[in-house]
Amino acid sequence: MARTPLPLSGILAAVAAAVFVTPAFLPAAEAARRPAQHPVQHPVQHPAQHKARAETPAPAAEPQSAEVMLNAALEDIGKGRFDPALQRIDALLKSYPNFRLGYLIKGDLLLARARPLSELGSAPKAPADRLDDLRAEALARLRAYREPPTKGMLPRYLLEMPPEQQYAVVVDTVRSRLYLYGNDKGQPHLVADYYISVGKNGSQKTREKTPIGVYHVTSSLPANKLPDLYGSGAFPINYPNDLDKRMGREGHGIWLHGTPSNTFSRPPRASDGCVVLSNSDLNIVAKHLQIGLTPVIISEGVEWVTTESWSAERKKFLDQFEQWRADWESRDTDRYLANYSRKFAAGGQDYDAFSRQKRQVNAGKEWIKLKLANVSAFRNPGREDMMVVTFEQDYRSNNLSNQMKKRQYWAREGNRWRIIYEGAA
Amino acid sequence: MGAHDLASRRKYNIMTLISWPFRNAAAASRRHLRSGVIAFALMALGPGAAWADDLQDANALLKKGQHAQALDKVNQYLSSRPRDAQGRFLKGLILTEQNKTGEAIDVFTKLTQDYPELPEPYNNLAVLYAAQGQYEKARQSLEMSIRTHPSYATAYENLGDVYTKLASQAYDKALQLDSSNSAAQTKLSLVRDLITGGTGNVRPTKPAPAKPEPQKPVAMAAAPKSAEPAATAPAAPAKAAGPKPTAAPEAKPAAKPAAPGTDEVVGTVRAWAKAWAAKDVKGYLAYYARDFKTPGGESRAEWEKNRAQRINAPKEIEVNIDSPRVSISGDTATVNYRQTYRSDKLKVASNKTLVLARSGGKWLIQQERSGS
Repeated sequence: MARTPLPLSGILAAVAAAVFVTPAFLPAAEAARRPAQHPVQHPVQHPAQHKARAETPAPAAEPQSAEVMLNAALEDIGKGRFDPALQRIDALLKSYPNFRLGYLIKGDLLLARARPLSELGSAPKAPADRLDDLRAEALARLRAYREPPTKGMLPRYLLEMPPEQQYAVVVDTVRSRLYLYGNDKGQPHLVADYYISVGKNGSQKTREKTPIGVYHVTSSLPANKLPDLYGSGAFPINYPNDLDKRMGREGHGIWLHGTPSNTFSRPPRASDGCVVLSNSDLNIVAKHLQIGLTPVIISEGVEWVTTESWSAERKKFLDQFEQWRADWESRDTDRYLANYSRKFAAGGQDYDAFSRQKRQVNAGKEWIKLKLANVSAFRNPGREDMMVVTFEQDYRSNNLSNQMKKRQYWAREGNRWRIIYEGAA
Repeated sequence: MGAHDLASRRKYNIMTLISWPFRNAAAASRRHLRSGVIAFALMALGPGAAWADDLQDANALLKKGQHAQALDKVNQYLSSRPRDAQGRFLKGLILTEQNKTGEAIDVFTKLTQDYPELPEPYNNLAVLYAAQGQYEKARQSLEMSIRTHPSYATAYENLGDVYTKLASQAYDKALQLDSSNSAAQTKLSLVRDLITGGTGNVRPTKPAPAKPEPQKPVAMAAAPKSAEPAATAPAAPAKAAGPKPTAAPEAKPAAKPAAPGTDEVVGTVRAWAKAWAAKDVKGYLAYYARDFKTPGGESRAEWEKNRAQRINAPKEIEVNIDSPRVSISGDTATVNYRQTYRSDKLKVASNKTLVLARSGGKWLIQQERSGS
């Protein structure tokens, strides 16, 4: 006569089902028992991040981040502790009253008390698309929690950053994640990571897609000058960059921005191509963005490499970059031109026109001094091996001196890198 | 009343309002009538007989839909017995039928304060809250109802409905659905329920088992309020600290070696229960210390009078003390135990706590608390 208590298996299965979608994930309950452990690829959790995620008590003035609270609740669910989980969700919703995913899990926790559940988001007669969106968000957030970047592994892209570039943003459109990296004397270190939404049609910008490439923040648009859609602010990036134009990619107006006031977060694939953060997360990230300076590298799945392999690639490239500088100073035009690809094209010149001009110019040179400063080098995400290099160039010679900020795209050809584009940055 | 109403009542799936005392009251009244004209003649003589009649009349008037008259009667009844649970419960039902929700909530709330061991007022309070769309309050009341009476099927059913409703509200927010319509429907259903459903009795016909079933703590674990983390570990009912050792088998001794004086204290509690069961009012009251804290803060005399009435009213009383756990500190002993009370009028199983003080070589009750 007493109602059989059913919730245990139900919600556990719900979360477990979500977690199991990717085989590398541990069963929820097991993973929850040893959260610091990690499946195959990432054996050790980044200690700094672990601290930021779970242990550091939030300052009294600001509530804990929504994701920290959500993850704590999910961990409770994984351990079968549904009442504490519900308390956490209630606390979460008190701090973030528009967190729809929080309500979905709250609904599950309550409904599990009345009947068994088979999946995450057991709302009866729910519109399937909205439910799918929330499930996708839950999965993305769970994956991020269960598979944080491992200590010793770096995004392949951040090869060289000058001291003035204090932070770099790396976006993973597949995992719906934004990683904020600090520049620790040239060595990138993870500061924090955030859930994001990207274009409705994923990445590789053509239409309603988020572009893949190396960009930087070009300006800051305050919330009071923007429609509500953009939330607490917007940071346009320089899409289309020179490479995009070269590739004939269309569109414009790719921003990092916040979330409209009626929701805490948006589904993983929701925007018209922009990278969208929750307003609270955007406000934190914004504090680290330097206009005109902070790189935003958008990848379709971050390529993680060991510190050793990162160092090796970095050294090899920077050596070639230095070789290019030395070859220019040498006034040996053949040696200099060996640094340029036959596919080179810039400023209306192809390789032949460019080489003709260089030979002509070099003939009048008695000496050349070339100093390069504030060099940044980022590997372009994607299948093609490409580097984006930006630097300040101080050129002096017997008949001409010139200072400029320059950007080059280098492509791998066989065993070496060659310049395919260069121009003023 | 009875099986027919019970069956029809089951059909309503929104929330079930309980009219518990009236099965017992009616049964008592029938006995009363059967006992004949002599009893009727006696009724005129003293209030003792008249009040039973008032209650019965009020109940009959309520069934006929004559709410105002029913309310007059029950008020009349209560004028001489302001603390009477059955009268107040009936009053709560009448007010509910009259759509005086606020007043009805008031009546049931006070009943839960004065009789925290009774699950029914909590349940009805929950129904009223739910009708107002206050599902969170409804949930709390139902969880209290179940805590006082863990095998309470109606409260479980209602709680299931409330959880479902709360879940659906959360889903609506998650999925950006307009929930205003469904909220209105719930309210309407309840009104129809009250009008057409009569006042059937849905109290579980089986008494609460004297021995707790092993599943119980789990069932409770699904429901308890957050304030009790110990009770929320579903897999480990034995861990339940605090005054909720309902899962501990009766035979099992307390985990700790019994402190000196434990036997004495348990002996006192059992003797107190025996006096109660024997309807030995004087003997029963003698177990209470001079400075006993009356549950409602009423005067000692008032409380004694009330207790005497409650003990005298039923023909038979059975009180069982199960799984007592004693902790003694100096001259103060605290006993947590499971109490199963049965009379021809009422059956209640609840967790209880007695605080006793040693005085002149005797243990006397200083505090008596119900629930956990």
